[in-house]
Amino acid sequence: MSRIWTKYLIFGLAAALATMGRASAFIAYVSNEKGNTVSVIDTDSFTVTDTIKVGQRPRGIEFTRDGKFVMVAVGDDDTIQLIDAEKKQVVDTLPSGPDPELFIQDSAGKILYVANENDNTVTVIDLEKRARIGDIQVGVEPEGMALSPDGKILINTSETTSMAHFIDTMTRQIVANVLVGSRPRFAEFKRDGSELWISSEIGGIVSIVDPAKHVVTGKIEFAIPGLRREAIQPVGIGITKDGKMAFVALGPANRVAVVDAISHSVTKYLLVGQRVWHMAFTPDEKYLLTTNGVSNDVSVIDVAAQKVIKTIQVGELPWGITIAQP
Amino acid sequence: MLRGFVGAIAVGVAAIQTPAAGAAEIGIGYLHRASIKSALSLIAQPTEDAGVAGARLAIEDNNTTGKFLNQHFSLAEIRLKDGDDAAQAAVRLADQSGLIITDIPADELLKAADALRDRGTVLINAGAIDDSLREEDCRANVIHVAPTRSMLADALAQYLVWKQWKRWLLVVGSHDRDKLYAAALRRAAARFGAKIVQERTFEDTGGARRTDSGVTLIQRQMPVFTQQAPSYDILVAADESEVFASYLPFRTWDPRPVAGSAGLVPTSWDAAHDQWGAVQLQNRFVKMAARRMTALDMQAWTAVRIIGEAAARTNVSDVKSLFNFIKRPDFSVAAFKGQPLTLRDWNLQLRQPILLADGRMVVSVSPQEGFLHQVSELDTLGVDRPETKCKLR
Repeated sequence: MSRIWTKYLIFGLAAALATMGRASAFIAYVSNEKGNTVSVIDTDSFTVTDTIKVGQRPRGIEFTRDGKFVMVAVGDDDTIQLIDAEKKQVVDTLPSGPDPELFIQDSAGKILYVANENDNTVTVIDLEKRARIGDIQVGVEPEGMALSPDGKILINTSETTSMAHFIDTMTRQIVANVLVGSRPRFAEFKRDGSELWISSEIGGIVSIVDPAKHVVTGKIEFAIPGLRREAIQPVGIGITKDGKMAFVALGPANRVAVVDAISHSVTKYLLVGQRVWHMAFTPDEKYLLTTNGVSNDVSVIDVAAQKVIKTIQVGELPWGITIAQP
Repeated sequence: MLRGFVGAIAVGVAAIQTPAAGAAEIGIGYLHRASIKSALSLIAQPTEDAGVAGARLAIEDNNTTGKFLNQHFSLAEIRLKDGDDAAQAAVRLADQSGLIITDIPADELLKAADALRDRGTVLINAGAIDDSLREEDCRANVIHVAPTRSMLADALAQYLVWKQWKRWLLVVGSHDRDKLYAAALRRAAARFGAKIVQERTFEDTGGARRTDSGVTLIQRQMPVFTQQAPSYDILVAADESEVFASYLPFRTWDPRPVAGSAGLVPTSWDAAHDQWGAVQLQNRFVKMAARRMTALDMQAWTAVRIIGEAAARTNVSDVKSLFNFIKRPDFSVAAFKGQPLTLRDWNLQLRQPILLADGRMVVSVSPQEGFLHQVSELDTLGVDRPETKCKLR
């Protein structure tokens, strides 16, 4: 027993020392849908430092606001697990509805909204009490989740209904429904709240929605020479804080589109791994990490240079990614 | 009598799902035939609600979306019995629904389509896989959601060729539809470079599909039937009539796999399909129907969803506008196949990937990688535009 403790102590010390020297390093957590694991990546060395066993079919993944825990939706276990970021192991579960996939927390980190694919609902969870406090009925197969920067409007997209539902976070009532491209997967606000972007996997576009008027005002289209239209399936979206540049993961097209977020035109396509799904910026926005499901790796994109600089092997079928706030 | 039956169902639907006041009503008809389609395997026996259960689920899905758009969908069903005339029933259904989903044989579908031609009623064929309906007998008022025999045969052939199982022993049943499937398989072999080393016919001599000690007999019969064949890689069976194919796996004289009507089967859907979000649909279906989802259920689901998608996008409910929208080149429907499904404009056939399933798992999905096409890789399955005999009218 004492020997094991000594071992842990030494490991702990070594880890602490290693972290001290590199203040800029962030920690990325990647959910591996098929591997039932979460890979932990050090964004300084861009290597996998830990692999954590989690429940079945981990997909949506997010740090808690205090950075102490990582929440991961394990759909086939019908729950969200909490990983202790220090212990690097699952310590608790949250009462989500059946088959949770993606979720979002409010800015205070007190309320969690979960898309439950199997019963057409968004579940509301009190993170402090770790208790379910409400349900909102939405369209068929809810998936994408976003909160307006002022926290007043929750967006949920439903895949078969092909809509973005605007939900008042105070009353938890739907206030508007906007039809977007077929099979909407992901929603993202610009930081200034001026635009809401929604990717449509089957529609092959990103719809630009005016969040105040609840209307589609434009769309981003993609065309890659030599690739048939059906292979272009937009999923993950990342928009820089200044709202000027954006990245869109194009699924089986194996590319990330670089988009001028003002003119909504594509400026470049970056070749990444196979079936690229989701992405996350490092908090300093120097790097963007994408999950490539079929090639079981994560691509590292240098944001300023708009170049893929590294590929990191992770577990089987990487799906979601979250990077610790500084 | 028939009219009374339809009326009763329409009332029933209204009682269950009360639409919001002022909601646009979109009535969809469903015409199918009660028949004893006996399968060799007990677990493959068609249920009373085969097909229509998929349509009912899609109505629920459409109404979930519809409640946000002030649209309401309902299903009026006619189940034909022996001797009932399909065309007459279709005309009766057309009185209340301008869109009718059909699961009836090809000859009856043609009569129904011609009877409704001048009324502007649109039929959506969810059940008949005959190529003739999309070729020489194509009709401008019929959309086809069911894949064709040639699409199914091509999907299988692409995989077998990719697997380098190019020498086929083809065993064909003695019924007409078995022969049609065999013709599609022969065409597929020629297109993709497989060779049929020999062809044998399995005569249907009648008799029950289930007997208490039948298995002993089959175990002796099938090896004998397949002996002395030239060297082959795989036995391909064309037995839509369910007379013999399911008896072949593990009983061939030479140790060879089986495909076609048994073994590795090309199909539009399988209860084991779990890719591209399909688990969500599988779960919804099991919850509603208390059984697993079949290809026919999926074809009916897709037919109703095509209407729902058009109604949601256009926000109209009249048949003419919906049909025009569905025929637009940019129309597509999502159906858990990993890509949008679109209509071939020359014969209104839905393009779709085809699953290859072994009864427990989905083994592969065609088109296979490397089979290229200048328009859509899905057009490597079935009869393509340059070969079509269809002139829509």
